[in-house]
Amino acid sequence: MPKTEFSPSIDSRPTYSGLVSQGAAPAIMVADEAGAQALTDLAASDASVMDHAHVVLVGCGAAALGDVKPVALHEAPDFDAATPLVTQLLNTARMGTQIYLAGSEGLIGHVSALAFAAGMPVDEIQMEHRGSIARRMQCVHCKGITEDVTTDPFTCAHCGLTLFVRDHFSRRLGVFQGVCVDAETPGVVPETVEIQA
Amino acid sequence: MTMQFNDETFRGDYTYHNSPEAIRRFPFPFDQDTYMYSVNIEQHPGGPKGTPFEKMFDVDEHYVAEMKDREITLAEDPLRCQSLPHMELAGWDLLELIMVSKARDYPDLFTLHRDGNDWHWINKPLGIEKKFTFLDATTLPCGPMEYITRQTQGDFALLHERDNNLWMDAGMITSQADWSLDFDVGMNFFEWHAPVPKARKMGVFDKALKFLLAVGQGQHYRRLNWTMTVNPRLDTSPENYHKWGPEKRTITPENVGQKQFLRVELQTFFRLPRSNALAFPIRCYLMNLEDIATKPKWGRRLHRVLRDIDPDLAEYKGFAVNQKTIVDYLSQFDDGAPTSPGIFPD
Repeated sequence: MPKTEFSPSIDSRPTYSGLVSQGAAPAIMVADEAGAQALTDLAASDASVMDHAHVVLVGCGAAALGDVKPVALHEAPDFDAATPLVTQLLNTARMGTQIYLAGSEGLIGHVSALAFAAGMPVDEIQMEHRGSIARRMQCVHCKGITEDVTTDPFTCAHCGLTLFVRDHFSRRLGVFQGVCVDAETPGVVPETVEIQA
Repeated sequence: MTMQFNDETFRGDYTYHNSPEAIRRFPFPFDQDTYMYSVNIEQHPGGPKGTPFEKMFDVDEHYVAEMKDREITLAEDPLRCQSLPHMELAGWDLLELIMVSKARDYPDLFTLHRDGNDWHWINKPLGIEKKFTFLDATTLPCGPMEYITRQTQGDFALLHERDNNLWMDAGMITSQADWSLDFDVGMNFFEWHAPVPKARKMGVFDKALKFLLAVGQGQHYRRLNWTMTVNPRLDTSPENYHKWGPEKRTITPENVGQKQFLRVELQTFFRLPRSNALAFPIRCYLMNLEDIATKPKWGRRLHRVLRDIDPDLAEYKGFAVNQKTIVDYLSQFDDGAPTSPGIFPD
């Protein structure tokens, strides 16, 4: 699956310019199954990028990387399971460590927020979107996060309010903002549509 | 004390009210009969005696009630006040700026004694007396920004400067026009303004940022912004939108004069001395249409502005659903006569 092209939007909506090798620098790479293809493409462009790379694959096995051989390869079943490991790698990263994130907006948002919290500068984090355009949405009312949102509006998995999907994005939290769609007229909800790229 | 403070509420029974003196000094935001975005910045403080522009931090009859309302909002949602770890020094800068200014401008209400870093602050309207050590947060009950902004009307954002941009890295936001500090904290100038329609393309934000980055030590500026709010509610946060949203649909031709408020933000900018951060206070003034129309010039002008405004702005400012009712009501005060320049009543 190729890199996703998103339509132009507001300034807070993240854009993902794609992975470009920074050479044989220390690196932390996190990808899901669709994103793993971006890592193999990256390695094909410059094999040395894997020489000092820790790769964390979320929700898929090592087979997704084909014959690419990073210095260390970790597998985690989901974000929650990956978080302690990724946090540890980020907190012990040396100056100049490069971050490569590839996959869904949920994965990129989640891990980039961890990276910013660990003090990583924005220009040392590269991102490439692959696969599902599902969004990681935070309910502005109850603050609960609903993963893998594909429709607008959607139902908050925590408080049950019907929320519309904004393009406003918080890098600190790694989430888009969801706001009650029928706040002024309870029960009057627009027709549900699929989210577009 | 010379000033009388209203016993009033900004929620529930909404007993908020403006005295004739408060009406006279209201910062009416329109200097002509039309409105579009502009970078309408001027020096602060400075303005006719008795106006809210005269002092660094205006204190008025709503002071005590506004601080009670802030306390309620913070108790329900502590995330309305946040300060990223590197912003404590900017909080002390802000505390100093406010305490020094208020003690100088309102000596009958506030007193500050300083002996080196041993400070003694007396806030008579709120009944607070506190001895503490400046720059030592363990001597205050909470962080310095939170401490002083629990005693100062208006919302406060503290902006950190780096990479040629401003980053909203701290704030006390309990009377906002529908934006979330918890969501926006840590964003840069363009990111937190991203939801504002049209303005980016008009170059407003590029110009405003350039101006703000050039604000130097000891320089202070202000601008006015506005929106419309149904009922005199300070906490029009997105967090509570599902609670106050239904009130927006209660406007009728009979009640619009009392229930529909013009919400004016007196925004000021101060460069802070130690942190080099920018303090950005956003002071909110609320007045209903009935009280505005007691000044004939304001009644005429507000009718023309709201009748002719760009539909995108009416939508963004949240009054499009009530625009017709508002304009119909205000039309009775517009006899077609010309209005004088400037914001002050005739």
